[in-house]
Amino acid sequence: MGLQGTIYLAVGVTFALYIAIAIWSRAKSTSDFYVAGGSIHPVLNGMATAADWMSAASFISMAGLISIMGYGGGVYLMGWTGGYVLLALLLAPYLRKFGKFTVPQFFKDRFYSKSASAVAVICLLIASLTYIIGQMTGVGVAFSRFLGVPSDVGIYIGMAIVFVYAVLGGMKGITYTQVAQFCVLITAYIVPAIFISFQLTGNPIPQLGLGGTHLATDVSLLSRLDMIVTDLGFAEYTTNIAGSKLNMVLFTLSLMIGTAGLPHVIMRFFTVSSVKAARLSAGFALIFIALLYTTAPAVGAMAKLNLHETVTPGFVENASVFEEESSLVYEDRPEWMTRWEKTGLLEWDDYNGDGRIQYFNDASEDEQFMANAEAAGWVDIVGIDKDGNAVPADKGMVKSELIVNADIIVLANPEIAILPNWVIALVAAGGLAAALSTAAGLLMAISSAISHDLIKGIIRPGLSDRKELWAGKIAMALSIVFAGYLGLNPPGFAAGTVALAFGIAASSLFPALMMGIFSVKMNKQGAIAGMLSGLTITLLYVFAHKGVFFVAGTQFVDAFGGPNFILGITPEAFGAVGAIVNFIVAIVVSKFTKDPPEHIQELVKGVRIPRGSKEIKGSH
Amino acid sequence: MAKKKDPDKAYWRAILKMLAVFLTIWAVVTFLISIIFVESLNTVSIGGYPLGFWFAQQGSIYIYIALIFIYVFVIGRIDKKYDVHEEEEEKEAKS
Repeated sequence: MGLQGTIYLAVGVTFALYIAIAIWSRAKSTSDFYVAGGSIHPVLNGMATAADWMSAASFISMAGLISIMGYGGGVYLMGWTGGYVLLALLLAPYLRKFGKFTVPQFFKDRFYSKSASAVAVICLLIASLTYIIGQMTGVGVAFSRFLGVPSDVGIYIGMAIVFVYAVLGGMKGITYTQVAQFCVLITAYIVPAIFISFQLTGNPIPQLGLGGTHLATDVSLLSRLDMIVTDLGFAEYTTNIAGSKLNMVLFTLSLMIGTAGLPHVIMRFFTVSSVKAARLSAGFALIFIALLYTTAPAVGAMAKLNLHETVTPGFVENASVFEEESSLVYEDRPEWMTRWEKTGLLEWDDYNGDGRIQYFNDASEDEQFMANAEAAGWVDIVGIDKDGNAVPADKGMVKSELIVNADIIVLANPEIAILPNWVIALVAAGGLAAALSTAAGLLMAISSAISHDLIKGIIRPGLSDRKELWAGKIAMALSIVFAGYLGLNPPGFAAGTVALAFGIAASSLFPALMMGIFSVKMNKQGAIAGMLSGLTITLLYVFAHKGVFFVAGTQFVDAFGGPNFILGITPEAFGAVGAIVNFIVAIVVSKFTKDPPEHIQELVKGVRIPRGSKEIKGSH
Repeated sequence: MAKKKDPDKAYWRAILKMLAVFLTIWAVVTFLISIIFVESLNTVSIGGYPLGFWFAQQGSIYIYIALIFIYVFVIGRIDKKYDVHEEEEEKEAKS
């Protein structure tokens, strides 16, 4: 069977599996629909949480991002795992004890206020919608790159699959498909990593291979990589940081508290049967997430090494990079490069007209390197003068000839390492599993906020259980159609998952949830004022840099004195600052306003005690 | 009612003390070891890894996992000590 046939088979089999699970796990009550009956085993919930959490971006883009960022990529690795410590220690068990269906419902009951719940619903909708567009486009990308299907057709197919199991099964259907999707995506991620680690270091465990010895040269893999990238004018891999350390600290913190505050993650912990199970389940979730997150840095570094040695074969011969023969002749390039050039993820321009690929850092700060590159003729040549000499576009216009999209690191990794076809097919199915599972979790958060918090909670409190189940299913169906529409016509803010979704969760939701549990005296005035001020200051900072809702041309950063105007903090890292503002405003306002009523203070004290974690009741 | 409040308060104080210890470790590993003092740690290697780099891309994650499971164990003992743990039958009734 050819490569295309194998990919169709892998994708077809996994999709059939998801549908079968959907039919087996239909939701019969609102409890099934919102919290999967509240009796999911902690290990299964850990797997479902891991699939819920690891998105198209984690699967496809993260290793590539790390391979570009080097050491600095640690912010994503720590930020997107360390948040689970906060979730396990500060939020999940207490919110499980609270025993309701949705996150906004905690805001409504704990802060005895429909306004607090409305603010939470708005934050949830903006964060989840921003997040889901990336999953929808991810589904389209996976289809178009692996199966040659146009990406909008891919999005329709993805919508149809999610529609079946999310509408039929609600949280119950989503949970069991997520368990299956976790198994598919983690296998798809780890198998190629094992191959490539074994090829390069002789050690099949990527986490050890990354710290192992590069077989071909007998030096450590990381020093080999450091040598290669510095020879090409890039910063040293193991020490490279973009921006200041203050920014790195705040960025990591923003991602962590954002992770802990994202409703689609928190609500997974409403599906387990006890407080103890919620605590344990966060630990299992992190183990399953760590399988991918500790493999990603190995994939990033090893694929980068392979890529440079392929494009600059001089490294293998131990020749200077500036010798002519060190660069790869374009016509001799491997087949995978031809394949990926067609997708636009790989682009070559023969600026100096020598028919060879020079791939290096043309913005290097190393003057010696830039002088050598110019002397070697790595420049942009626009023509030949009358004496037959090359004319550079601009004197000293040193130019790299290859543009590499970071996603290649995972997508083309099996081909770069010359792995069998079934491994490539597995990566395609894995990418789709990652995108679909996260999309389903987000859809659950969106539709339950609409049917449970808006319709049942605010508009029609008298709704019967049976009618609410129908309202939930209709809300789910409409959410899928809307998310699909946004995936087909992505608005500008689709690019802002990190700045917008994590910024909102970090600056408004996390602090309010934490104070709702850890401060008996926190009242509705404090919580609402805190959330609004944290949210406002974060959105202002993000929109100043990226435009109002990311609409091009509406940036107003110059009014404040240029980019990163507060202590050099980037907008992606600003959620932590917003959270600090939220805490301070909430505490000050609550000091000057009336204490919460006695029964609310008792409610908070009750949430802190594990005993009596009765069955989850959705009633308001 | 007034009698019942005091043991609950003592329980909550024990929880806060425990959380302070765990969150300090979490913060030291993430912010001090993996970011602020990373250069000094990089002068040491484990295997082929510079130590600071290893913490930022591997070690911190292993420590987070360990922290959660040790926390589950420790808080379980605190729950029992103050007699606020969930009863087994309570759990079974639900599954």
